[in-house]
Amino acid sequence: MVLVKRIVLDVLKPHQPNALEFSEAIARTGKDYQVRLTVVEIDEKTETVQLEVEGSAIDFEEIQSAITSMAGSLHSIDEVVVHSEADAD
Amino acid sequence: MSWLQRLRFLMRITRTHGIVRRYFVVNGFDGALTMLGLIIGFLVSAPASLIVIINACLGAGIALGMSGISSAYISEAAERKRELDKLEGAMITDLQETAHGNAARWMPWLIALVNGSAPFVISLLIISPLWLAHAGVPLPLSPIYLAIIVALFLIFLLGVFLGRIAGISWLRSGIQTLLVATITALLIYLIAGQ
Repeated sequence: MVLVKRIVLDVLKPHQPNALEFSEAIARTGKDYQVRLTVVEIDEKTETVQLEVEGSAIDFEEIQSAITSMAGSLHSIDEVVVHSEADAD
Repeated sequence: MSWLQRLRFLMRITRTHGIVRRYFVVNGFDGALTMLGLIIGFLVSAPASLIVIINACLGAGIALGMSGISSAYISEAAERKRELDKLEGAMITDLQETAHGNAARWMPWLIALVNGSAPFVISLLIISPLWLAHAGVPLPLSPIYLAIIVALFLIFLLGVFLGRIAGISWLRSGIQTLLVATITALLIYLIAGQ
């Protein structure tokens, strides 16, 4: 089984929800997610952020869905860490 | 996320709290002053039965409520659509299915509801002594004078609310709105009472 442990995303988002609310919503999509959000660039209506998520088993689809629901746009996946683990059975 | 948390989230991302508060105070004040004017008008006129006064006040309260709902919805829906269009232009994507799209659809309804219910509920509170008297409940004062006292009290409370928002003296702010109501009452008394 392959598990995603860390992922770094480049995201364009509106100013609202703010960085804290945005990160909290991303963190809520998993049980043990640690989220770090860095604002890279600010424009009049939008901001580009770098989103780093760490967890024991990251669900990328859920994160992408949360980003989209908050009007964010995923530009690129800049970094990933995945682990391959032997199945329990 | 519960519906209440979701609502608060949508209000936060669209900065709706301040708008709702402003509409509540502005239209609530409108409702209270209109009722005060109507009741003083009746006071200085030839005596009318309680049911006539109640119906006139209720009619005005319903009209204020409907006017508040429709005017706020039309203007807010247009503003929200404009904001969403601008954001969609900046994001270069369709945002209809996002939190911002939901907010653009639902926030005008919330604002309209507050804008309409504020004068309506305040009107009902002001005419409540008239209703009680009409229902045969004994009151310590004439129902018309009691309704005027309730109106002045509610206007004072709106001032207190504004004072607390602005972080200034609640007493001073309450007295300011009360002063406006007193001047209004005096003007009606002087002009209509002749």
